Amino acid sequence: MHPIRRQRLIAVIFVVVLATVAVGLVTYALRQNINLFYTPSQITAGEAPEGTRIRVGGMVVPGSVQRVPGSLETLFTVTDGAGEVKIAYTGILPDLFAENEAAVATGMMREDGTFGASEVLAKHDENYMPPEVADAMEKAMDKAHEARQ
Amino acid sequence: MNPEIGHFALILGFALALCQAVLPMVGSYTGNRPWMAVARPLALGQLLLALVSFVALTLAFLADDFSVLYVANNSNSLLPWYYKISAVWGAHEGSLLLWVLIQAGWIAAVAAWSRSLPLTLVARVLSVMSMVAVGFYLFLLFTSNPFERMLPFPAAEGADLNPLLQDFGLIVHPPLLYMGYVGLSVPFAFAIAALLAGRLDAAWARWTRLWTNAAWAFLTLGIALGSWWAYYELGWGGWWFWDPVENASFMPWLVATALVHSLAVTEKRGAFRSWTLLLAIFAFSLSLLGAFLVRSGVLTSVHAFATDPARGVFILAFLALVVGGSLLLFAIRAQSLPNQGGFEWLSREAFMLINNILLVIATAIILLGTLYPLVADVLGWGKISVGPPYFNLFFVPLMLLLAPLMAVGGILRWKRTEWSWLRPALVLPLLISVVAGLVFPWLYAGAFHAGTAITVAVFVWVVVVLVRDIWRKSAYSGGRVRGLRRLTGSYYGMQLAHLGVACAILGAGMVSIYTAEKDARVEEGGRVEDAGYHFEFADFSVVQGPNYVADQAEVRVWRGERLVATLYPQKRRYLASGQLMTEAGIGGGLFRDLYVSLGEPLGDGAWAVRVHVKPFVRWIWLGALLMAAGGGLAMADRRYRARRTALAGSTIDNAVVTGSH
Repeated sequence: MHPIRRQRLIAVIFVVVLATVAVGLVTYALRQNINLFYTPSQITAGEAPEGTRIRVGGMVVPGSVQRVPGSLETLFTVTDGAGEVKIAYTGILPDLFAENEAAVATGMMREDGTFGASEVLAKHDENYMPPEVADAMEKAMDKAHEARQ
Repeated sequence: MNPEIGHFALILGFALALCQAVLPMVGSYTGNRPWMAVARPLALGQLLLALVSFVALTLAFLADDFSVLYVANNSNSLLPWYYKISAVWGAHEGSLLLWVLIQAGWIAAVAAWSRSLPLTLVARVLSVMSMVAVGFYLFLLFTSNPFERMLPFPAAEGADLNPLLQDFGLIVHPPLLYMGYVGLSVPFAFAIAALLAGRLDAAWARWTRLWTNAAWAFLTLGIALGSWWAYYELGWGGWWFWDPVENASFMPWLVATALVHSLAVTEKRGAFRSWTLLLAIFAFSLSLLGAFLVRSGVLTSVHAFATDPARGVFILAFLALVVGGSLLLFAIRAQSLPNQGGFEWLSREAFMLINNILLVIATAIILLGTLYPLVADVLGWGKISVGPPYFNLFFVPLMLLLAPLMAVGGILRWKRTEWSWLRPALVLPLLISVVAGLVFPWLYAGAFHAGTAITVAVFVWVVVVLVRDIWRKSAYSGGRVRGLRRLTGSYYGMQLAHLGVACAILGAGMVSIYTAEKDARVEEGGRVEDAGYHFEFADFSVVQGPNYVADQAEVRVWRGERLVATLYPQKRRYLASGQLMTEAGIGGGLFRDLYVSLGEPLGDGAWAVRVHVKPFVRWIWLGALLMAAGGGLAMADRRYRARRTALAGSTIDNAVVTGSH
């Protein structure tokens, strides 16, 4: 092989190997840091894993918001129309958190079946619903329709 | 009547943009000078029409014309007049109109300040920029008309502007950000023109650099303002969330930063040519991608606008056209631009290359993390989000690597630098920065912390290397002051921007490591202790604002026996929408911010509150300000002020060299 071509080939192989390793590492890190979204019905069906960080979202059930007296802990329930999950959160809730509005919580399932949230996001204006929640609600509606037929 | 005038002006502007996209381009190929020359007056006409359109919408807001759907949705008669003006760009349609206005502004600016460039180049640049403008006019007119009426039954009252947006930050953040986003279409258009001509010379690089600096400085300010706004307005004291939309603005910034450096090499050494063009294309493509992510509502984000699938599809198609078309052109024409000038590994070129590689890697990693949820959704892997740990894991080490190299790159010579010359310039700064890094954590927090040590060492390293370099370069037989005055604006701009990077890194590091945050339940007179400060909640009261009612706390912050600050955090309820808003009470300082936000009433007069002590947080924005100022200084360099005739600038197309005006 011509020496210049050979040099180029080595350079190309080097770059390819390096890029592969880099992409591999980045993808690995990505997989460690993604939070899967589960709907309340999936959680009711026991599909959600314990001990991994996941996200749960739905509408906050009216009348379900309770404050634990003397502390900053709040308990509330979210639903997608088919399933319900109880969420416990300690801290300050976002301004737009309200009953009958969409909320998305990040955290882990506890053994007693409640969801321990470390972060709660609420929608940010009245026209907006997080796409995951909209999607979950829609699926639950479809299921409800099927069940009725 | 006004809204219709605005609408007509918009349509006329679209027609002019169409002419401007076609005529000068065709003229540049047929050698038809009048067709090329018409680009400048058309640019002015476009700007005037866009301005008329924008003013018409603003007047509709000021006059509370709720028969206009967009006004009814985003304003209210109780809104103070300055928020009525800023509400013009408070939602999708109006912000797009602002986008079009700014695009017209940049086109007019290029038309006005390009007298020294050959007419063919100017014609092509203006034509390409107008093609981009045509895309946005179409988008505005067909999917997002801000002048749509609600007739015959207009709303009696407006729905009010989102309370989060009723703030000074929002008045200035989007215009600055858009100046940056749209400004990147200038280097993009220059790159396309260079590819079309198959020529790229020092004059091209010099002028592209000027425009890139301008766009970059605006983008820097826009992002920093957004971060500052999020910090004090969202009420949780965060300044960067790795939110998809923040990433969408950050990626073009990173690539534009790489472009600024790569352009320097292209101007001074004639190297990195095709790479520079590629970066210019990527920078603008990423800013369009940002527009797509924000406008289509495909991602969950605090910035997402209410969604409409047609808009997403439109921008996606536009994006595909721009990226696909320009990359195709690049693939065909890039070989015709040979690179010049070899260099050794210890040279400014080599360090610029490392800078570019690191910045592009950082961009790629952020792009992957931002788009991964989209890809996963499309492929049915489930709904996922990528958390900040992923971004921090890669971004922080990359920047901590980049910053020390940045300092060295700033003092290196072009082509080749002797190690024996460089070594003495680095030994003392290295010593000082290592000692500072080791000592500072003890002095500040009484305990060693590796993260602090590295952050401080990097900061000190950059500052010392930089100051030493200025000191050395300003040595002059005619005296120090004259020596300092002899250094170019370009040089000072670079040093100032690098200092800004160091400040931002110090701020980000310190606030990430030493933030002290506490949620608590307090009653009137209650106290919360945090990081050596006592927050005394002296009084809760109710206050009345122009369009809201607020619960307000009076918080006295004590350090020992000394009253440091009195803060008034509020919880507002806006009357029109009933929406709640936390207005944090912030006691700012150069070395620490005291930050109090009210949560919610817990009954019995008790409140959930959150207090933070945030050391050095202001350095982040201070750093961004320095960077933008650096960009401005570089633009004020004397080589841009000198009147250049057609003689001095070597030209893109030899057919039309002289008498370009």
